[in-house]
Amino acid sequence: MRLLAVLSSLIVFLMLLALYQRSRPILALHPLMSLLCSRAWQPLRGLFGFLPFIMGTLWVTGVAIAIAVPLSLLTAIYLSEYAPRAVREWTAPLIDLLAGIPSVVYGIWGVLVIVPLIKNQIAPFFGVISTGYTILAGGIVLAIMVFPIIIHVATEVFKSVPAEIREASLALGATRWQTVKHVVLRKALPGVIAAIGLGVSRAFGETMAVLMVAGNVAKIPSSVLDPAYPLPALIANNYGEMLSIPLYDSALLLASLVLLMVVLLFNLFSRIILMRVQGGMR
Amino acid sequence: MDRRKVEEGIFKFLMLASAFTILSLLALIMTTVIVKGLPAMSFAMITQTPKGGYYLGKEGGILNAIIGSLYLAGGATLLAFSLALPVVLYLNAYARRSSLLAAFTRFSFDVLWGIPSIVYGAFGFTVMLFFGLGASLLGGIITVALLILPVMARAMDEVMRLVPADLTEASYALGATRLETSLKVLVRQALPGIATAVLLAFGRGIGDAASVLFTAGFSDSIPSSLFRPAATLPLAIFFQMGTPFPEVQERAYASAFILTALILVISVAARLLAAKYARHVVR
Amino acid sequence: MTGGAQICVRNLNVHYGHDRALKDISVDIPARKITVIIGPSGCGKTTLLKSFNRLIDLVEGVRFSGEVLVDGENIFDPEVEITAIRKKMGLLSQKPYPLPMSVFDNVAYGPRIHGVRDRRRLAKLVEHHLRQAGLWEEVKDRLHLPASRLSVGQQQRLCLARGLAVEPEIILGDEPTSALDPKSSQRIEGIFLELKQNYTIVLVTHILRQARRLADYVIFLYMGELIEHGPAKQVFNNPREAMTREYIQGVIS
Repeated sequence: MRLLAVLSSLIVFLMLLALYQRSRPILALHPLMSLLCSRAWQPLRGLFGFLPFIMGTLWVTGVAIAIAVPLSLLTAIYLSEYAPRAVREWTAPLIDLLAGIPSVVYGIWGVLVIVPLIKNQIAPFFGVISTGYTILAGGIVLAIMVFPIIIHVATEVFKSVPAEIREASLALGATRWQTVKHVVLRKALPGVIAAIGLGVSRAFGETMAVLMVAGNVAKIPSSVLDPAYPLPALIANNYGEMLSIPLYDSALLLASLVLLMVVLLFNLFSRIILMRVQGGMR
Repeated sequence: MDRRKVEEGIFKFLMLASAFTILSLLALIMTTVIVKGLPAMSFAMITQTPKGGYYLGKEGGILNAIIGSLYLAGGATLLAFSLALPVVLYLNAYARRSSLLAAFTRFSFDVLWGIPSIVYGAFGFTVMLFFGLGASLLGGIITVALLILPVMARAMDEVMRLVPADLTEASYALGATRLETSLKVLVRQALPGIATAVLLAFGRGIGDAASVLFTAGFSDSIPSSLFRPAATLPLAIFFQMGTPFPEVQERAYASAFILTALILVISVAARLLAAKYARHVVR
Repeated sequence: MTGGAQICVRNLNVHYGHDRALKDISVDIPARKITVIIGPSGCGKTTLLKSFNRLIDLVEGVRFSGEVLVDGENIFDPEVEITAIRKKMGLLSQKPYPLPMSVFDNVAYGPRIHGVRDRRRLAKLVEHHLRQAGLWEEVKDRLHLPASRLSVGQQQRLCLARGLAVEPEIILGDEPTSALDPKSSQRIEGIFLELKQNYTIVLVTHILRQARRLADYVIFLYMGELIEHGPAKQVFNNPREAMTREYIQGVIS
């Protein structure tokens, strides 16, 4: 049994190793930095510039986080500081439900509801003609997918703030909101940042829903109403051609490796903060 | 005092508005799935496999994907269970509380939990290439098993940790070995919780598309061998949405409805089990 | 309300769910004296104390009936401004809980939330109250360091300064020295004796000797009921009730 435990803890390293092995062919030809910073993606000519995809991921994730963080934090504060127990008990399963909806279903919903919304109402409002398959669409759908994790982690963090310092603040005549603002949030800040970090890492890696609504055009975006081609979508869309074009498989697996490393970074950072905040308890 | 009250009022409003928005979005998504999916449902959808020209709008159903998903998620759950249970028992019955390996393993599971499914798909792909395995049911099973392993392990671990130490101590005091204690006390006590963990993992595995994209392939027939490609519901939805034919897109809605309904049933079952657990546990 | 009483409790009943924590309590707390509430653990001392500043509102499932009049105003009246009531009362808890900020900010927190912004005024307030709590000399060079770095005894005095900074009229203490070493306890007791000239003080304690040292007035609670109350000399030397005598003699604890 101990062996199995050891094996399980090594899976991450195995993943890093395997992906690295498969990425070596392309890394042998082009240094990593040039691949990450170059814009031209023309696999048939042997050009593999990842920049448009990295930018695409950043834009979509940025929009998603900008929408998700305020809404999630406000909801988390409400649930842990204001809501009566009955409300808390009812909303927890509902938020879990949101977390359980599969990615493709979010994608369909995005295509049916968000894309037309952007095409018909939002874009014309800004004087832009758009198909609706945009960063904004991807960001909105992604934000909804990210709500549950930020809310869940943030409420756990708020729960870990001792009741006594809230009492101390209230005993001085502070209102509930003043207590939240000056005392609870200050104490919970590292944990809240960790919650956001976990949300970011979830957003980075989400594939199918974003693929279906973001447009998949390999150009560096310049506005939220532009289409984008995030990194996971790139990997998913081109698996068919992977083995037929030289170096294509290596390039895509390199993209996976980069994605893995970024996600790991955010994850590790957030988890370590959470461990310290909650004294090792989950 | 007025200023404070105004500020409190504003933020209370924002908080309620946020919570309401999030819950409304949930309702909206569910409604869309039902409104679009239900009309497109037909008996043929769930009893037939795609006939020729299915993706062009001709006849057939998604039985291939339904069965394929059940086989794949079922196999993956079994595989993940056979790894997760021993490891979690090790963490709770064998390892010392301060064991570095235990802490590291738990931490690894937390980290693995956060890795995107497309990376699991890519990794699964490399593993398959290494063993010379082509896109197949087995490939999908292995990849999804890896994907759901942390989900299952975490849930199981959390449940087992709740088993009071007094119980296990009582067992050792009677002279039981660690294996006996694990199986007869820990597992039995935590059984509903373990079942919940298994259901949760199954639900996660059946709905995921990115991990099976490279590894399970797709097929129009019901899987008959572990080494042939297999269809899955999420991918069926994806491909049906991708066609330019509205009739086929309609089918995508129906497929989405079936998948969502399946996952909903599993979630509710998991939740009921968890509630039952809370009542029957020895305290 | 009898003359000289600042807090008048009339038929106060407090329920936590199905448990009745306080049964029909009626008592007057005299102004500018130290009143000590004594009794065995779980008898409702803390509940009574926390009803005075309505902190018991925070407990889920709490119900209460009756009145508590502070300076003639019923604090349970639904129209009343809870934050104003709490401002009148300073609470010192059993274990010190400094807010997650610097020493200065801890003391300044109260005035700030009630609208004081002027930096110089805040600095003056902070110094004045830290002196009152007997902590100024020890922290005057460390005002902007995190409060968590102080020793437990210092933290408790910091919490006292923090409570005084909102300029309350009444100070409530919930076993304020039980987490402290004897030397710090002594200091705090000394500070209370000084403060009673200007503040009404209500303390809860299970240390009878402390009660003897500090109390001007005593209230004895047992299992949520008011058994006896009166001037300290009378209750300690000549208790009317048998139960009081037994408690004071250590027969029941």
